[in-house]
Amino acid sequence: MSEILTDASASASPEQTVLVDDVHLTYRVIGGSRRGGAPAALRRMLLREENPGQRSVHAVRGVTLSAFRGEAIGLIGPNGSGKSTLLRAIAGLMAPSQGVVWTRGQASLLGVSAAMMGAMSGEQNIVLGCLAIGMSPAEIAEEYQAIVDFAGIGDFVHLPMNTYSSGMGARLRFAIAAARAPDILLIDEALATGDAQFRRRSEKRILELREQAGTVFLVSHGLGIIRESCTRAIWLEGGQIILDGDSNTVVDAYEDKHDRGARTAPAAKAKDRS
Amino acid sequence: MTLPEAPPPVPGLQRAGARLPVDVYTQRLWERRWFVAAYSSASNSVGYEGNFLGQAWQLLTPLLNILVYYLVFGLLLHSNRGVPNYIAFLSVGVFVFAFCTSALTSGSRAITGNLGLVRALQFPRAVLPASTTLVAFLRLLYSLLVLIPIVLISGEPLTWHWLLLLPALALQALFCLGLAFVVARLGARIPDMNEILPFFSRLWMYTSGVMYSVTVFTQGHPGWVSTVMTLNPAYVYLQLARNALLIGNPAPVSTWLTALAWAVGTLVMGYLYFWRGEEEYGNV
Repeated sequence: MSEILTDASASASPEQTVLVDDVHLTYRVIGGSRRGGAPAALRRMLLREENPGQRSVHAVRGVTLSAFRGEAIGLIGPNGSGKSTLLRAIAGLMAPSQGVVWTRGQASLLGVSAAMMGAMSGEQNIVLGCLAIGMSPAEIAEEYQAIVDFAGIGDFVHLPMNTYSSGMGARLRFAIAAARAPDILLIDEALATGDAQFRRRSEKRILELREQAGTVFLVSHGLGIIRESCTRAIWLEGGQIILDGDSNTVVDAYEDKHDRGARTAPAAKAKDRS
Repeated sequence: MTLPEAPPPVPGLQRAGARLPVDVYTQRLWERRWFVAAYSSASNSVGYEGNFLGQAWQLLTPLLNILVYYLVFGLLLHSNRGVPNYIAFLSVGVFVFAFCTSALTSGSRAITGNLGLVRALQFPRAVLPASTTLVAFLRLLYSLLVLIPIVLISGEPLTWHWLLLLPALALQALFCLGLAFVVARLGARIPDMNEILPFFSRLWMYTSGVMYSVTVFTQGHPGWVSTVMTLNPAYVYLQLARNALLIGNPAPVSTWLTALAWAVGTLVMGYLYFWRGEEEYGNV
């Protein structure tokens, strides 16, 4: 499969930035169902029974895709379809159990699930986040005010992040991650929680980043956002690609299957929480 | 994880999340030194925020520890035999050993306690155990503010020997950093480390001569007991610190060499061990 994609990219003019080659991802889950308490757990150990507390979840099952400079790709699919896991693999944060992810330059992920340090203030989180992605203290001093302004959280920047509403947290994280134009930007539902005003601002920023950077991946349940800001969409389900193509075509097909009601009622269209 | 050596299918692509060669990795780590510093000072201040007395606990905890150990080991069990200035001996032991313990326990949680960062941002993961060790080291430096008055009040003279405390603590810090690298990878792989480590660190404390003199203790035992106990790195670092601050505790050159060997050996082995696991930390 990768050969075909490689040939296509060699003949086409846009530069290939991402190649996901038959990638599988498996989570090790510790915990889960543990019955019978301590005596049962000890008995299982002594009898060398398999521990039911340790299971693995096969979140992504054989995904192959290519992305090119200038593309904004929306990933859609029901909860648990492997969208976020796939983004982590592209960012190099999770190692695939099978297959390889290739990228041109560094991909950076921003997502709501990735809480930074809750006990620390927004200020400290800005500095820490920027330092962690490799900015120097001088660069941070330069960018700091822009980040605070973009996040638009006002005086909350001095309070610990665990006092923030989920929307404010998402805004701050988006502002930090978007401070630097990465080669590949991966956005995991960061926009769904912001208010309308912030959403507009971040959509504008995504367009800017897409021009400066290479490629943007966007995971969202807001199908409206995918239509508006993405050139291409990929529908994932059960860890596999169902459909990959023009964003309107894919979202239409997805809505036909999952969200028939939302198409006839435009008010509910922006939010699809299946 | 398949064949890291395989060439990219398209020129210019790199494998996502590929572990860097150790020299490049070390350079990236060095570029993140400001992150290590900022993280350490931030988490140092945050650690006590939930308490009324706040950062005062940094000094109160070791003080109360000394009080408890003095009551139990000095007054009840008479472990102070053969030790001229027991309160100073005990204080140095408690403070210096606490650095080993806290480097160990916080190091084992370096990855698991920062999964939010690990799963969000790409950076050399070695900055996390380095930060937790730096936090432990900063706390040791704070505790010197209590330790030095205790030693002086207990009757020890201030001499040039005290300067030896600096290289002694520096070597101990390198050793603890290496140890943190090892337990950080172990802790990421085996979540049960949290339950196991407290037993290990207690055993380590009771065998390291924190509250009794190993020299006196080993007198009635075969020679190998003394050899094993005096090679214990924690004992070696305690000896060096006591040698610097207390009179009548001379540390021979061989002790310094053992301290150096433990520091360099543990740091190099621990760093390489941690680096080899670099790609697995996000899958925890």
